Amino acid sequence: MSANTAVAEKYRNNFLKEIEEQVEMGDWVKMCMQCGVCSGSCPTNFQSAWEHPPQELFMMIRAGKREEVLTTTSMWNCTSCYNCIVRCPRKLPITHIMHGIAEYAHRIGKAPKMQPTRFFSGLFWKNCTHTGRVNELKLSMGLYFKDGLGAGIKEGMKMKDVALGLMKAKRLNPFEILGGHKCKDQKGIQAMLAKAYEIERARKAAKMEG
Amino acid sequence: MTEHVATNETILVVGGGISGMTAALEAAETGKNVVLVEKNPALGGRTSQLYRYFPKLCHPVCGLEINQRRLKNNPRVRVLTMAEVTGIDGETGNYTASIRIRPRYVNENCTACGECERAVETMVDDPFNYNLGQHKAAYLPNAMAYPQRYVLDPAILGTPDAEKAKAACKYGAVDLGMQEETIEVKAGAVVWATGWKPYDAAKIQPYGYDRFKNVITSVEFERLADIHGPTGGRILRPSDGKEAKNIAFIQCAGSRDENHLRHCSRICCMASLKQTHYVREKYPEDGTSTIYYIDIRAIDRFEDFYQKVQADPSVTFIKSKVAKITEDEQGNPVCHGVNTEGYKRYTTPHDLVVLAVGMEPSVKGIDIPGHIVADSSGFIEADPANGAVFGAGCASNALDVNRAVQSATAAALRAIQVVNKVAKAEA
Repeated sequence: MSANTAVAEKYRNNFLKEIEEQVEMGDWVKMCMQCGVCSGSCPTNFQSAWEHPPQELFMMIRAGKREEVLTTTSMWNCTSCYNCIVRCPRKLPITHIMHGIAEYAHRIGKAPKMQPTRFFSGLFWKNCTHTGRVNELKLSMGLYFKDGLGAGIKEGMKMKDVALGLMKAKRLNPFEILGGHKCKDQKGIQAMLAKAYEIERARKAAKMEG
Repeated sequence: MTEHVATNETILVVGGGISGMTAALEAAETGKNVVLVEKNPALGGRTSQLYRYFPKLCHPVCGLEINQRRLKNNPRVRVLTMAEVTGIDGETGNYTASIRIRPRYVNENCTACGECERAVETMVDDPFNYNLGQHKAAYLPNAMAYPQRYVLDPAILGTPDAEKAKAACKYGAVDLGMQEETIEVKAGAVVWATGWKPYDAAKIQPYGYDRFKNVITSVEFERLADIHGPTGGRILRPSDGKEAKNIAFIQCAGSRDENHLRHCSRICCMASLKQTHYVREKYPEDGTSTIYYIDIRAIDRFEDFYQKVQADPSVTFIKSKVAKITEDEQGNPVCHGVNTEGYKRYTTPHDLVVLAVGMEPSVKGIDIPGHIVADSSGFIEADPANGAVFGAGCASNALDVNRAVQSATAAALRAIQVVNKVAKAEA
């Protein structure tokens, strides 16, 4: 049984309980009184980027709409401006809940794979843990070529002037493509991360079994 | 207003609004001696500042007039106006209160003829109209003030205006030598009925009450609708005096908000529903009201009142707490938010925005002597630790007029029981 079907079975017809137990700060969801101030205060919502604004997500959780909530791109659009937390009359930590739901959807493999924020987060993490240093050239190129070769070249050409400017100012080294700079004790970094993964996995597995 | 000596069988009532007047009268009419202390120059409190009250939409003049008549006929109530309690010592059955009385500069000879007002030229802010307008520095606090006696604003003391007022008075009522005094009053029990104050709307930063002239509070809107108000009863917007026909009411402005007032103020939904009647009354042809709400809490038996307003085509309900107000080039306040029915974003301009501000207890933050137990919002609790100091009306909870009167009667009954015990102990 996959992680997803296992939790789905466990929380059948009780999605709110699932969110409360599995999502960081998820126990706040029931406190929402549906006033709409979070959505009204959200700067990203002005570009109609959100399929479901925060208070709608909370209502969907309470209504048991598991698939819709976990597979939506909505919470991935949060920019962590914290406007909603400041304004919320019930003091819900909305920003943290959004990240919590996103993380949970990712953990059980429900998150939309090619959503840019999610894609970039994965890319960034792989990039920086590989050598212990962020390779900015590979990171930005990785994002450009997210949607294939053609789209990548097009995006790269669009940013050409910026890249050349950065190179001129010695902020971008084209030879980074060959491997780039590293930290001294790469093995130490890998070992430390492996240990952290182990602790985190054990904690989350315990949570899933609950 | 017979001067009687206060003893520990006296009941001290602090606050002369609808609750304090009721408590004082109920106690006095059972034969108790009462001292009624009011901070303002006239009784009536916030009730007297309303245009109409719900649910019957009658003018508060009516209810207050009955109480004023009861007061006038009752020698057992001693009314002190422009007076504030500065300290209370003692215990149940034996309190001593210090009361500071500010000078009115007008004595009992005043017949309210108005000659001093005509003589004086200086204008000062009019707190009865929430400073929306000004009045002369010699003034009657409001049209039905009790006591019907003029007041001189201390600002004109020592100026020629003060002398003009004195010269204009045919009855020798203007006394420029009056001094502030502090008196001590004994009492067996205290009814604390200091009422409420509108929440400071400027603290709700995204609504811009302090930045936009056409964003006003619900209490100010009452004054705009009142014929005795600064606009003579016409609903005109403050920025340019234009007739405000498209009016937005924003509910829970400060209430039910952990960042402001954590309690539901209970009256604001009914107050806004009531105020849509004002819009229709003043502009029957083309007046429109929009109520932005989280949920309508038409307390008590008022559901039918709500349903009637819902059925009115000139009133629109939008289920959303407004997130932000901005101002467009014509000075119209623009409401921004998300309608939670359908989750649609809106950006809607109005002529005038009325914030249904919450009730903050007047006692909040004030050190009421005697270790008074208050709840997390600052309302006085019914707690044995309070001894014989009883909260009444909006000092004890967010209440409408009807419930405030009930609460005051209950507090009066508790106070009567205390002084009855005292009387028996001494007999």
